[in-house]
Amino acid sequence: MEPLLNIEDLSVDYTHGGMEIPAVRQVSLAVAARESVGIVGESGSGKTQVFMAAMGLLAANAAVRGRVRFEGGDILGVGAESLNRVRGSKLTMVFQDPMTSLTPHLTIGTQLAEVLVCHAGRSWREARNAARHMLDRVRVPEPERRMSQYPHELSGGLRQRVMIGMSLLCEPLLVIADEPTTALDVTVQAHIIDLLGTMRRELGMALVLISHDLGVVAGLTDRILVMYAGRIVESAGAAELFQQARHPYTAELLKCIPSLTGPRQQRMPTLLGQPPRPGDPDEGCAFAPRCARAAPRCRTVRPPLEDAGGSAHRVACHFPLPS
Amino acid sequence: MDRLAAMRRYFLTRLAGAVPTLFIIVTLAFFLIRAAPGGPFDQEQTLPVEVMANLQKAYGLDQPVWTQYGHYVGALLHGDFGPSFRYKDFSVTELIGQGLPVTFELGSIALASALILGVLIGIFAALRHNRAGDYAAMSLAVVGVAIPSFVVLPFLGLLFGIYLHWLPVAGWEPASIRHLILPVVALALPPLAVIARLVRASMLEVLRSHYIRTAIAKGLPLRTVILRHALRPALLPVASYLAPAVASIMTGSLVVESIAGLPGIGRYMVQGALNRDYTLVMGMVIIYSALLIVMGLLVDLLYAWLDPRVRLDS
Ligand SMILES: Nc1ncnc2c1ncn2[C@@H]1O[C@H](COP(=O)(O)OP(=O)(O)OP(=O)(O)O)[C@@H](O)[C@H]1O
Ligand SMILES: [Mg+2]
Repeated sequence: MEPLLNIEDLSVDYTHGGMEIPAVRQVSLAVAARESVGIVGESGSGKTQVFMAAMGLLAANAAVRGRVRFEGGDILGVGAESLNRVRGSKLTMVFQDPMTSLTPHLTIGTQLAEVLVCHAGRSWREARNAARHMLDRVRVPEPERRMSQYPHELSGGLRQRVMIGMSLLCEPLLVIADEPTTALDVTVQAHIIDLLGTMRRELGMALVLISHDLGVVAGLTDRILVMYAGRIVESAGAAELFQQARHPYTAELLKCIPSLTGPRQQRMPTLLGQPPRPGDPDEGCAFAPRCARAAPRCRTVRPPLEDAGGSAHRVACHFPLPS
Repeated sequence: MDRLAAMRRYFLTRLAGAVPTLFIIVTLAFFLIRAAPGGPFDQEQTLPVEVMANLQKAYGLDQPVWTQYGHYVGALLHGDFGPSFRYKDFSVTELIGQGLPVTFELGSIALASALILGVLIGIFAALRHNRAGDYAAMSLAVVGVAIPSFVVLPFLGLLFGIYLHWLPVAGWEPASIRHLILPVVALALPPLAVIARLVRASMLEVLRSHYIRTAIAKGLPLRTVILRHALRPALLPVASYLAPAVASIMTGSLVVESIAGLPGIGRYMVQGALNRDYTLVMGMVIIYSALLIVMGLLVDLLYAWLDPRVRLDS
């Protein structure tokens, strides 16, 4: 049976100021129903672009190749009308910045209810009732009052709760949460992650959690994909990845987790050296210039993503760390 | 809703605050016109001294200017704009009362068309960004801004009146829309072009914002995304332009009414100023100032409606 979300050989290129910027290169991944998948990688590694493509939200200057299917239906290359049959209802997304992601001149109630009016054909009155209910479920205090408030009257944490509630209104099959806590206070971050976990247990939807912080992803996901320079370089069960990362880049990322109990980093601490820039030759392993284990072969021959033993552990490295 | 109450309170407070402003304008205008060389009864051939003295006396111009000012303001407080110095047997109140409805009809139809069409064209151009439709709309807008109404109107009259015989070239009949069409087009074109460009630019910016990305990700149809989520913020620059637009239509109507022979008040402004018809000019200044002050107030309220973050503290 085909997985819920199936991405095959996806590439996204941007032309910007006359330069080609490859954002995503030949990424293949699948998310099964009810599964929870974490996507980690440095800033600019293409995490967001993969799922923007999956939502049909790529900017006009993006060139996209490959195939994205959701519930067996094509996402790429179809018109907005057929996209809108799944987008916002069965397939939803929570964005990184709750401060700017809500429409400033519409009340919270309207912005929630319109989803149900649009997708479930409810009347506004019914939709508002359901929306108030949802605010209660995502633990927004005083839902009745919040319904008639405008986004600027809510704190960042509350707005992100509203965004999460909005994504759950139509009982989605898959929620994509793109760094849902990055813009929030440290104390609020943990609450939002808790909420996502609770809602997933209650509703049983699949979840993609994008983050540059392995610590955030750890508790909430079954499987973790590591991205580097537009490619997936390692993929493994969450526990296995933490115990024995095979890719040197993943190992570096793991060292960057301060401590699961300590304060969480706002930005990922930078690894030694720079990620590749657009225009750099796309040969061999993109991580080689920063890799302590790199050999001449790493700079000329690209390592394919291959089975690395263990249950569904895959790595793209000529000289993976020993298991 | 308490926001509506706040809006009403704001409006009334500001309206009360406009009275001193209007008073200052009246005072300045009163003395400025009298400072201009010449007087209402100077003509090509000089009048006999006795006739002149009689005229001056009849209109109170022989009295000290402060006394004149006192009388004028006193009458004004009773809603009396005084007699016209040149239209014998007419009071300024009568002249304005006859002409204002025509000018108001012309101006409001022109403003409404400029707003509606300008916004529609702006949205259309933004959605066709950098494609043929966008370029066509924006070239048209450049033409609209560049060519003044005193060129457009005779051209339209020539085309639709004299060659095609579709519309009257000039003149006026009560309740006749046909006589208004060409003047309205001439008046509306410049502000329409400006509004279309403003809306296009702001709509393009709004469409790039995160909340529009959210609206699209919610699976809303494009129509809803544009009308419910994008339009109001995209209209903010239009609100700022509204007062200048009204001013542009008002000054435009001075010319257009003269060319098209419409019996509005626009011609009184020009003739009144040329004839040194002191009371008529004063009446026009008061009407136009009051209109602009009320416009400014409406714009503030419009802002508050377009963006709930705007606070109405007076
Ligand atoms: N509209 C655009 N035009 C040009 N380049 C773009 C555009 N959007 C994204 N990119 C480029 O695509 C690359 C991948 O971006 P992406 O947003 O997927 O990174 P990310 O892994 O999500 O990073 P972050 O952790 O900062 O969110 C970046 O180099 C970025 O500069
Ligand atoms: Mg991102």
